[in-house]
Amino acid sequence: MKLDYLDQLESEAIHIMREVAGQFERPALLFSGGKDSITLVHLALKAFRPGKFPFPLVHIDTGHNFQEALDYRDNLAERFGEKLIVRYVEDTIREKKLKEPTGRNATRNGLQTFTLLDTIEEFEFDACIGGARRDEEKARAKERVFSVRDEFGSWDPKRQRPELWNLYNGRIHKGENVRVFPISNWTELDVWNYIRREKIELPSIYFAHERELLIRDGKLMATAGGVIKPEADDQLVTRRVRFRTVGDISCTAASESQADTLDAVIDEIQATRISERGETRMDDQLSEAAMEDRKKGGYF
Amino acid sequence: MDLLRFITAGSVDDGKSTLIGRLLYDSKSILADQLEAIERASKSRDDGEIDLALLTDGLRSEREQGITIDVAYRYFQTPKRKFIIVDAPGHIQYTRNMVTGASNCQLAIVLVDARHGVAEQTRRHSLIASLLGIPHIVVAINKMDLVGYSQNVFSDICIQYAELAKKLNVHHVTYIPMSALNGDNVVDRSETMPWYEGQTLLEHLETVVIDDDANGETEDHHPGRFPVQYVIRPQTAELHDYRGYAGKITSGIFRKGDAITVLPSGETSTIDAIEIAETQLDEAVTPMSVVLHLATDVDISRGDLIVRSDIQPISSQTVEAMLCWMDTKEFKVGNKYVLQVGTSRTRCSVRSIAYQLNINTYEEIDGVDSLKLNDLAKVVLRTAQPISFDPYQKNRATGGAILIDETSNVTVGALMLVGEA
Repeated sequence: MKLDYLDQLESEAIHIMREVAGQFERPALLFSGGKDSITLVHLALKAFRPGKFPFPLVHIDTGHNFQEALDYRDNLAERFGEKLIVRYVEDTIREKKLKEPTGRNATRNGLQTFTLLDTIEEFEFDACIGGARRDEEKARAKERVFSVRDEFGSWDPKRQRPELWNLYNGRIHKGENVRVFPISNWTELDVWNYIRREKIELPSIYFAHERELLIRDGKLMATAGGVIKPEADDQLVTRRVRFRTVGDISCTAASESQADTLDAVIDEIQATRISERGETRMDDQLSEAAMEDRKKGGYF
Repeated sequence: MDLLRFITAGSVDDGKSTLIGRLLYDSKSILADQLEAIERASKSRDDGEIDLALLTDGLRSEREQGITIDVAYRYFQTPKRKFIIVDAPGHIQYTRNMVTGASNCQLAIVLVDARHGVAEQTRRHSLIASLLGIPHIVVAINKMDLVGYSQNVFSDICIQYAELAKKLNVHHVTYIPMSALNGDNVVDRSETMPWYEGQTLLEHLETVVIDDDANGETEDHHPGRFPVQYVIRPQTAELHDYRGYAGKITSGIFRKGDAITVLPSGETSTIDAIEIAETQLDEAVTPMSVVLHLATDVDISRGDLIVRSDIQPISSQTVEAMLCWMDTKEFKVGNKYVLQVGTSRTRCSVRSIAYQLNINTYEEIDGVDSLKLNDLAKVVLRTAQPISFDPYQKNRATGGAILIDETSNVTVGALMLVGEA
């Protein structure tokens, strides 16, 4: 008997989550309402039911999120009866008098790091489970499953712990924390195939719908809630689109699509010649090492 | 569809990054925007041509130095199989990273430069593959374009390597002549080497039979092992008596009704139920993450090992092991560390170093009392509590262990457990 690859990936992810539960005192699961963290919640159900999750769900809300994702987030927490903690970038900006980026393509995405680190301190989280995948980006391809951060939240790629077999070492000093990535070895397509197989419900913005957008630098950006202010040369359009990834509105582009079912979305992803982040994330394209530099600063 | 994890070993000059780039490029696993990004980067370096190696060096300092420092993971699939490429650096100073990368792999590609034949690093990488128990080796004889695609050169290297392999614990060796730069025999068959009738690299990767995680077929090699990770006890009114042991089957099969033993206590019971979430199973196999329920109340917590009673592992406080030392601080006789095997941790002290292994000549060096970063050695450890394990060469899942530094908390050593000392 040989396990299918999705079963193997699922089993590995459950194992990693249980290692977090077994090794840490105050873990958290970072939950944004996007497909990767939704998959994590589903894996946590498999890892810990009929017990409760040994961690709360934590969302760092930039204030620029899609309403559909927020509604989904709140419904999910209520449906599963798990604890949800939300902290707002807005509050951090006010309390710490942070300077918000301005101008064209300004995004609060980078400011999330400050709120995240404050939240880790506030609750003394020693491990944060996240939905990062190694196929997303070249700096993420280098990251361990248990990734130790110093007290400033900083990742040092040259000081990573060797990670052997399925033995994970989560021993840390007080003040340090570990980012844990149970779906490191999954690809975008694996996540979608798993969602289809397990019949996991997703926020509606992942499926084709009509929406008002503006075209900027060749990308379709949502105008939702006035987060992005149209400039003189921006063209306002209404298109049928879906979102391939659900991040901060200010740096997440939509794809034109007719795919309004899971099968159709998966067909589209299988046929595409553009990577997930390449298509949708403005923030990775600022420089060759944009993601690596953000991670060194404490970004997820 | 199944999954193959393989490691590529070879120094930067052997063309390892180019090989991975070629494999991804010719199997159409590189997306247009990623290709554009490396085209841009290639141009900015005045290299002229697209440098496929840029696909794999993800860190700023790697690109600056043009070498691979740490392990990276790549993913691709064909209609036949899914692949995880473990891209490990080949330099001697990164031996520990290669050990890290090799620990989960079922196959290793050892690159050999056709101009130089079996070199020091070929010997080193093959030794690591052998120590880590990787069942399949592909000797990729690369840069055939630089030796006129000569069949004689290829045959000579095969003979050299077969000699070397005799001294190691490697069983399935496949030789493929190729040019990663030009794409000969990587994905597409070479027209320049009509004398080679074997498979291309990709064909081999797609069809090689992976049997190291087989379960149940040879019980002696895959006895039932279940390290307990976490105890699920809801303690609610309706689930008052629920007590499930959560873990992953790291070896073998467990069935309902099996007689089991809990180590280290030695208490026995039988399996009452096996479940994943709400689904009840009659049997579960490696590598499934499940919850076990036992027929009787036994005191079990994280760190315990549940085994099938018919084939018991070794339990001992003095163990002999092959060690790869991974820290800049020296490993010394008398030092104390934390040893982790499965989910159990115990303190241990270094009793002796039986010998150090010269990783280039395979000679055993006696009279050593300390080890430096990247050294390999056979060592004897004394543990505070008995540990339960199987010999690594029989069972990778329960024979691999790590050493943790108690003050820095860093993982400092990889252990392949051999037996009771």
